[in-house]
Amino acid sequence: MKILVFVNHVPDTETKVKVGADAKSIDPTGVNYMLSPYDEFGVEEGLKTKQQLGGEVVVVSLGGETNKETLRKALAMGCDKAVLLKDSSVRDSYSVARSLADYAKEYGADIIFCGKQSIDYDDAQVGALVAEMLGIPSVSVVVKLEIKEGSITAEREIEGGHEVVVSKLPAVICAQKGLNEPRYPSLKGIMDAKRKLIEEKIPAAVESRVEVIAMSNPPAKAQGKIVGTDASAAAELVRLLHEEAKVL
Amino acid sequence: MKILAFAEQRNGQFKKTAFEVVTAAKTIAGQLNGEVIAVVVGNNIASIAGQLGGYGVAKVLIVEDTRLELYSTTAFAKIIADVVKEEGVEIILLPASEMGKDVAPRVSVKLDAGLAAGCTALKVENGIVKATRPVYAGKGLVDVIVKTPVKLFTLRPNVFTASAPGNIEAVVERRQVNLEETDFAVSVKEIKASSGKKDVAEADIIVSGGRGLKGPEHFGMIEELAGSLGAAVGASRAVVDAGWRPHDEQVGQTGKTVSPSLYIAVGISGAVQHLAGMSSSKYIVAVNKDKDAPIFTIADYGIVGDAFEVVPAITAEVKKILGK
Repeated sequence: MKILVFVNHVPDTETKVKVGADAKSIDPTGVNYMLSPYDEFGVEEGLKTKQQLGGEVVVVSLGGETNKETLRKALAMGCDKAVLLKDSSVRDSYSVARSLADYAKEYGADIIFCGKQSIDYDDAQVGALVAEMLGIPSVSVVVKLEIKEGSITAEREIEGGHEVVVSKLPAVICAQKGLNEPRYPSLKGIMDAKRKLIEEKIPAAVESRVEVIAMSNPPAKAQGKIVGTDASAAAELVRLLHEEAKVL
Repeated sequence: MKILAFAEQRNGQFKKTAFEVVTAAKTIAGQLNGEVIAVVVGNNIASIAGQLGGYGVAKVLIVEDTRLELYSTTAFAKIIADVVKEEGVEIILLPASEMGKDVAPRVSVKLDAGLAAGCTALKVENGIVKATRPVYAGKGLVDVIVKTPVKLFTLRPNVFTASAPGNIEAVVERRQVNLEETDFAVSVKEIKASSGKKDVAEADIIVSGGRGLKGPEHFGMIEELAGSLGAAVGASRAVVDAGWRPHDEQVGQTGKTVSPSLYIAVGISGAVQHLAGMSSSKYIVAVNKDKDAPIFTIADYGIVGDAFEVVPAITAEVKKILGK
């Protein structure tokens, strides 16, 4: 099996977002970056698939030099090889997906894993875009996956339940929390990852289709009302919800 | 200019998002001097399609096929793209539901169209649609424009308000889309419903519990309050990671982003990840022992007190006022 995993290098979940000088993107000062959490489920599923069916796991990321930290984390978890599609330009999901799809085609992936969304732009597009560009199946928001003789059965989370989806390889699987429990890198894994070479490639320039024209922080909320400090405040709270907020 | 609204239905019933998307389409059509067409895809849907007339849709296209009873990424993408080409549509609106988020990227590739996903506002300025969408789990907002001739937008559920339906039936036209076996390369075999409980992503009211509840056994009172309100039960990441509650209830950055009318947070301190997922709720109530808990910075109403006493008292008052 040729297993490909796409990962993104994103501000960690603790980040307080400050708008940068261009008024269009985040100010990266003091921000810690991490492997996007949903992509981590993708890495784990890639490694599990290799355990089950053999082959190799190649992890790919598009971005600048710093994305190597995230690639090293994936290597430390057990991926065999890492590729950096080196490009720091501003790209929308379409542009990113096009370059990832180009790489996937060149590599000849049997299965591709990625997170259901990256936690920076929360676009939730890249997996399905890549699949459509390659003309192959995709399943998004996957919480359960079975691969058997080239066929897949996946459960994807929808409103109020799960859809059981059947399809065939090659396919793109977009991981949701619950799919697996990502392993911690072993000490040996971390040491090995430091020594592994990260292959660098320059992807073709692809024009974005969606352009950010301004970024802002959501308006701050007005100070709320403390209704009380014990159970006796319940009646007043419910009255306020009913009469003032009119939500009951 | 033609604007297409994808009206999502499941089991022969429109989702609430269908009316939200159609109303949003009607609003921008008014500003662009455009015409709204809706498309409904499924099996046995002819009887419901006319309802959309009440929301200002002149024409509803239906694509019916027994194989479309359940969702198929590949077949739905083909149908939508075909309809867009046939009708000469320039703007397509879909819900950012699990169906809309799944199908829209594929449609965008088929049509060489840009897609602005998960929008919370659409505005027309100088004839151009400008969309606002949350990024970094709502910690930031970006205004975006789509630069391709055909443009797609998915709209976050529960944010756009559906207009009150009028009593007008739309003209319903059946469209034939030639579907081969290969168009069902990805298909849903069955749906496993989660025991009839309400989903946080769709609920108008959510009652969420956090670590302040001290153990999974104390979620009974959260369920009871939720029951009295017809609300969904939500949970913080901490209690999901601890295994007290299932992941599908998790609200926040690695769970679901929600925008209900009322969000009641009980024993949730309000870590930045949690706030990101629910701060766009219309009204927020916090019950927490710690008066300095960050949740109070975004709460409209707060009770600084012991959840074990306060929550049952709220439930009793709700039952009184709602006559239950």
